[in-house]
Amino acid sequence: MIKPIANWGNYPVIESNEESFVFDEQLDELVSKEQPFIARGNGRCYGDASLADRTISTLKFNKILSFDAAAGIFECQSGITLDQILTVIVPQGWFLPVTPGTKFITIGGALASDVHGKNHHVDGSISNHVLDFDLVLASGDVITCSRSVNHDLFEATCGGMGLTGVISRVKFSLKKIETSFIKQKQIKAANLQELIELFDTYKDYTYSVAWIDCLKRGEHFGRSILMLGEHASVNELGENQKSNPLKLPGNKQITFPINMPSWVLNQFTVKAFNFLYYGKNFKKEINNVVSYEPFFYPLDKVLHWNRLYGKKGFVQYQFVLPLDAKQGLIEILTRISDEGLGSFLAVLKVFGKQESMISFPKEGYTLALDFPVRGNLLAFLDELDELVLKYNGRLYMSKDARMKPKMLVAGYPELEKFKSIVKKYNPYGKIRSAQSDRLLLTDTK
Amino acid sequence: METVLVLGATSDIGMAIAKKFAAAGYNIQLAARKPELLGPLKSDIEIRYKVACSTYAFDALKYNSHAAFFDALKPDVTITIFGTMFEEEDAFNDWSLAETMINTNYTGAVSILNIAAKYYIAQQKGAIIGISSVAGDRGRASKLIYGSSKAAFTAYLAGLRNKCFKDNVHVMTVKPGFVYTRMTENMPLPKPLTSTPEEVADIVYNGFTKKKNTIYVKWFWRYIMLIIKNIPEFQFKKMKL
Repeated sequence: MIKPIANWGNYPVIESNEESFVFDEQLDELVSKEQPFIARGNGRCYGDASLADRTISTLKFNKILSFDAAAGIFECQSGITLDQILTVIVPQGWFLPVTPGTKFITIGGALASDVHGKNHHVDGSISNHVLDFDLVLASGDVITCSRSVNHDLFEATCGGMGLTGVISRVKFSLKKIETSFIKQKQIKAANLQELIELFDTYKDYTYSVAWIDCLKRGEHFGRSILMLGEHASVNELGENQKSNPLKLPGNKQITFPINMPSWVLNQFTVKAFNFLYYGKNFKKEINNVVSYEPFFYPLDKVLHWNRLYGKKGFVQYQFVLPLDAKQGLIEILTRISDEGLGSFLAVLKVFGKQESMISFPKEGYTLALDFPVRGNLLAFLDELDELVLKYNGRLYMSKDARMKPKMLVAGYPELEKFKSIVKKYNPYGKIRSAQSDRLLLTDTK
Repeated sequence: METVLVLGATSDIGMAIAKKFAAAGYNIQLAARKPELLGPLKSDIEIRYKVACSTYAFDALKYNSHAAFFDALKPDVTITIFGTMFEEEDAFNDWSLAETMINTNYTGAVSILNIAAKYYIAQQKGAIIGISSVAGDRGRASKLIYGSSKAAFTAYLAGLRNKCFKDNVHVMTVKPGFVYTRMTENMPLPKPLTSTPEEVADIVYNGFTKKKNTIYVKWFWRYIMLIIKNIPEFQFKKMKL
């Protein structure tokens, strides 16, 4: 049925004919239809990556195929969400090897975006832990890909935004945990310089990420809270926690009820929020043991929190700059502060090394910001693009709804190789999205 | 632990019901015309719910196979979900389509449930859950054959409930209204009146534990159908429904 769909940023919205499948043979049938399509999971990328006139929803293709609880190897169909996987693996002492800030994404989407988490500097992105996967090509052929078999497709599919084919099955290895709790440490940093030093001091922590106030100027420019974490061992738990060390968090959730009017978000409300958020940590340093849920997925507690940004939606802007481009980070944050476009969710993280064809992460600083869609936003983001390019950075396609093709060309040195693989396996652009058309990744119609 | 047989396990509602009973700790027997499709559901149920799950070929139209089929399984609870729905206009013009609908939805269901009921009566315990439809509550043009086959099935289940009552066999009739399934995803369904397969499964399981006789999914369909059933025939026959 044709209906309007959008991803998490609610921008853009397009009319799409969305169809689903439960069995391989039904997927086969959908792929063999003439009209171009893109596969779509839970719609949690932010922009237009999984939008097209025709979309194939993987959400009903969500069965677990095998789980080796001794070796920690999990195999499933691509439409299962991380949320469902956690409820099965955590009680048996396993955790996702890599998780982004929401558990409401499918494993297929995770691989197509090659998602990263707070442990990127230690464990890399999700593709690092994938043993093999099945891909349904535009031709209908099903191909198994791994690092040793069909290597080119393996590389081009990890982070390839679904353009090589429909990921139908994924097998990956898990992380052993003794408890489902996280020993966390939060440290306040008075400014950006201090934060960068703290990242370095605590680089051996498995999980690290910082919330940053991008409206503060002067000596407190870049004040922030660094959040660090390790999986807790049993003897680090409190008495209550010890009674069930692998406890699953309850699923109490609240729903953000309505789209906020767009005037609610302005410099003053964001400043007030930042003041409170920074101020809520009285002490310089907090140490405690918490369930994995508030540590990894604080926003999942509020269903539809994207409504905060109103009907017009928002754009998430995430870039990475090389480690030697600290100056670039300062320049970009200054530019944002000058514009008065502070974002509630400004998140900074240091990526470790990564060699991949089309995945986003590479060694350096990555900053993610949310901006509500307003009249001059797109022009402003084009300006930020220039700064990102000047410092040899690049943007994350899963967050993107608006970048120009040249931005992708400049940021991803192996783009031509990626495009040639897409062309080889998806020759007539049968698999295509609004994003791939915009970024000239697939031949235009 | 007790065992539940799900007949029609490749349907969206069948899958949801199988998962719901598995989550409650029942071992699951999945049966469908194409059992080769059931592998992923079987592994999913075994891994998520840590119960035993097995798969079987079952064809509602092969009546002669039903006795041997049931005899090999002997479940504690038998649930029929299978059914066929063709375009009514096509079925009106092509007897083979109409016949398949009637034989699947009614004759086949009666064949397998007679066998199940005999076994449960002999055991003096057991439960039968039949998924019928609100379409069986009153005949109308847009559901000519499908609706009449479900009406017959509803009447059969009521009779079976009466027959088995003294033998401690619980027979429950389930009448779903609109349900979001893969088959209906191209139809514009009114959201407040439509259930997800998971909601159907929850309501079926609750009705089962409370030993209900007839349940509507969702509950207000009972009253919608009550109104529809009470429209006088001289008026009803003129309506487009």
